[in-house]
Amino acid sequence: MSNIEAFKNNELDLKKVEFEQVDQPGSVGLLGHAKGFWVTFSTIFKKPETVEYPEVKAPTQERFHGRHQLNRHPDGLEKCIGCELCAWACPADAIYVEGADNTEEHRMSPGERYGKVYQINYLRCVFCGLCIEACPTRALTMTNEYELADDSREKLIFEKDDLLGPLRAGMLMPPHPMYPDMDDKNYYKGDVTESHPSQEIK
Amino acid sequence: MTTTEIVDMITVVIDGFEVSVPKGTLVIRAAEQLGIQIPRFCDHPLLDPVGACRQCLVDIEINGRAFPKPQASCTIPVEPGMIVKTQLTSQVADKAQKGVMELLLINHPLDCPVCDKGGECPLQNQAMSNGQGQTRFEGVKRRFEKPINISSQVLLDRERCVLCARCTRFSDQIASDPFITLNERGALQQVGIYEKQPFKSYFSGNTVQICPVGALTGASYRFRARPFDLVSTPSACEHCASGCDMRTDVRRGKTLRRLAGDDASVNEEWNCDKGRWAFKYVTAIDRLTHPLVRNDAGDLVQASWPEALSAAAKGLKENRSAVLVGGRATYEDAYGYSKFARIALGTNDIDFRSRISSDEEREFLAARVVGSTTTYRDIDRADHVLLVGFEPEEESPIVFLRINKQFRKRALKVTAVASKLSIGVDKLKGQFVKVAPGQEAAAIAAQTLSAQSIILVGERASESAGALTAVAALADSTGAKIAWIPRRAGERGAIEAGAIGNLLPGGRPVADAAARVDIAALWGISVLPSQIGRSSDEIFAAVNSGAIGALLVGGVDPLDGINSQAALSALDTAFVVCLEIAPSEVTMRADVVLPVAAITEKSGSFLNWEGRARSFDAAVADSLNRSDLRILSMIAEEMSAPLKLSTVSAAAKEIASLGPWEGARASMKAVNAEKAPTLSGDQFILNSWRRLLDLGTLQKGEENLAGTARQTIAVISPKRAQAMGVADGDLLKISSALGSVTLSALVEDIHDDAVWAPRNSQGSQLLINLGVGHGAVVSVVKI
Repeated sequence: MSNIEAFKNNELDLKKVEFEQVDQPGSVGLLGHAKGFWVTFSTIFKKPETVEYPEVKAPTQERFHGRHQLNRHPDGLEKCIGCELCAWACPADAIYVEGADNTEEHRMSPGERYGKVYQINYLRCVFCGLCIEACPTRALTMTNEYELADDSREKLIFEKDDLLGPLRAGMLMPPHPMYPDMDDKNYYKGDVTESHPSQEIK
Repeated sequence: MTTTEIVDMITVVIDGFEVSVPKGTLVIRAAEQLGIQIPRFCDHPLLDPVGACRQCLVDIEINGRAFPKPQASCTIPVEPGMIVKTQLTSQVADKAQKGVMELLLINHPLDCPVCDKGGECPLQNQAMSNGQGQTRFEGVKRRFEKPINISSQVLLDRERCVLCARCTRFSDQIASDPFITLNERGALQQVGIYEKQPFKSYFSGNTVQICPVGALTGASYRFRARPFDLVSTPSACEHCASGCDMRTDVRRGKTLRRLAGDDASVNEEWNCDKGRWAFKYVTAIDRLTHPLVRNDAGDLVQASWPEALSAAAKGLKENRSAVLVGGRATYEDAYGYSKFARIALGTNDIDFRSRISSDEEREFLAARVVGSTTTYRDIDRADHVLLVGFEPEEESPIVFLRINKQFRKRALKVTAVASKLSIGVDKLKGQFVKVAPGQEAAAIAAQTLSAQSIILVGERASESAGALTAVAALADSTGAKIAWIPRRAGERGAIEAGAIGNLLPGGRPVADAAARVDIAALWGISVLPSQIGRSSDEIFAAVNSGAIGALLVGGVDPLDGINSQAALSALDTAFVVCLEIAPSEVTMRADVVLPVAAITEKSGSFLNWEGRARSFDAAVADSLNRSDLRILSMIAEEMSAPLKLSTVSAAAKEIASLGPWEGARASMKAVNAEKAPTLSGDQFILNSWRRLLDLGTLQKGEENLAGTARQTIAVISPKRAQAMGVADGDLLKISSALGSVTLSALVEDIHDDAVWAPRNSQGSQLLINLGVGHGAVVSVVKI
């Protein structure tokens, strides 16, 4: 029976266990020193890995979890429906959302509901990405942007305006009506690919 | 009284466990006793079983004979020898339930992310617990236009409906407002309203609460929050004396919704729309935030608390003072006012009745109401309910629901002594004893009741001389019970707290020396004022005659009485200290204004009409506003007459230590009815009451709720209508010496001498427009 088994069975008298001599790493010989300094010396001739941040910015990995973005449909309507599932999923309680009613006069997203207030507190966010998984409309995604430092708490609570993606070609700034003869389901399926002239509010 | 109800118990086996339940219990309820949850949608313990959703299928075997197919456990009562196998032990039942769930979900849209029910949805939850993970349906779901307003406050999304019929059964069976029904058949079956008749029920909010999916949602809560955002606090309703148990849901310091609580002995699981939706006043009205003091130039200016308190104390100390506290104060606050009047002001001049009142009523309250123990249970047991000066549906809706329950269950006899047949009494198929306004006393005396009967008396009974005397005499001669049901939530508490001139706390009569000694000992003072105090009207008169120089006013609307001119001039004359939440007619005239906490910002309790304590905690925890009690304590400190009531719980403890009065009750002087006025030509006698949904201060800011208020009309009898050539919809001008209102006519069952109009509705604020109350002679002409 080994000592360990005996100890587990409470049969070991600790006072009678003999110490065993173990090899300790002692002083390194001259060869050892030479080996170490060779690593340093050989590095002098290699290309340096250092990046001159912030002048130079190294690209992140493609799927790096950076700042969030609220996306738009191709006609400019917001994808966010204010459902709060991101806030629900957030383990750090970093997201605050208030929903509101879309009306014919004031439409921000397809369907009945849009996110009126959308805040992410980057002092709390742990960039885990659970909010992205929870989002039912792919409204919330993460960018690779990692420069999220500032000098006050308020500035690190990002509002909807800070998070919304830019208007790209073919997009109109909401509020505006939905694409003619399309409903929210068509939007989700990707049937709407650009804005229609009738969507412009004169 | 010891009545032991003998109940037959039946033993059944559910999933291998034996359980004994009373005969008639449904299988689904018996399973609940064992902690076995059978999924369900249509089943509701307070509604009749219907078996509409088929979700609760279980395998049943009786004495060895099995039903060939799974049965709906919400419709089958237990029987001896029954063996039930639920989804937990029977694969057949489990498969049947999964199948039903799959069928229910075929047409149910996948819009949980935008649905208000998401996160607290029985369909969502039970689809997870008793459904299949994947859908096999690949077709196109049924589409409807969504949502549609079935009233201004209830939205219907027909795509989400699972046709459980809870809403239609509630409206029909509980509220007796069958304004919604299931239309069409098959896949197109849907909840609908009758054409051109919206869902204008006072109880429509309950359908939103019991809807097991997101088909019915409230317009004012639409897209406001998710369940996990809300901090829920059990609370009590501040709107009427029914005393509903409530739940207040707050997000970031703002009340977003209120739900009916579950109290079987009071509101069961229901409440009225006013209690559910009228809460925005706390944030909608322009709240007072700082103390205000009138400066030498006569302007109200912001002041610091110490400055304001010392100004208030100085003014109250230098003058003979009286206290007016509205009927909406909590029990503890009312106790604070009561103690403040006696200790700091040394007077019994205190009255909580900021409405039309009489001395007869005050004596009636002291003789019959204070300490009374009549409860909802007495309505359940009654053989006959007599309504006097009381319109249950409009003035205490939960009392109406309780009477209606007994009416539907066992045809409870209801008699109303009134001038007009009301919508509520009509629903109860009540006997309508038609009297001219002001002549109620004789009709009450002519009623025959038994010892099992109950007389429900409203606060309006005080407006007819002799009516309360007749009620007391009728109760004495027949043994019937009396229940006095005021409109405001704080009135019963104010009586028990002694916020009235003839009573000390705990129902102790001021006139009784032993009672005064009792209270003086508790409060640690040597002597209490012994003279019976003035009533509200007398206090205003005394100010106008110079006998009183200062008033402490809390939560009073001077336009609520008929002597509003006297009230306003008294407020102009006197030094007024006002405790209020928002600017009002009183704060405009006050010398010191002290802001107080609204009901959601403080703890306390109300006594409902039964005298049952309905306590609540602060729903908004971080408010800086103080309760009336705390502010009164601070003024009293400043006046060197400490109340020793620094917190609400200290007041509650002191009230509890007081105990009820064991001595003799105050007696009541008989008052004779007034002679009927002789009418000429176009003269009518005015009859009116306040409707549940009207221009009340606490309903401000809730447009959706106001949309379901009943139409403002003037009611006259067919005979008079014919004489005047008036048809429904013609305009009638009702005028008094002070002014007039013009309303659309409705020809209905009403006493020939009477004209009825709502007292405080849009276009008909009779106390302000006409300056007269019940029983006054007005002229009515067609225009």
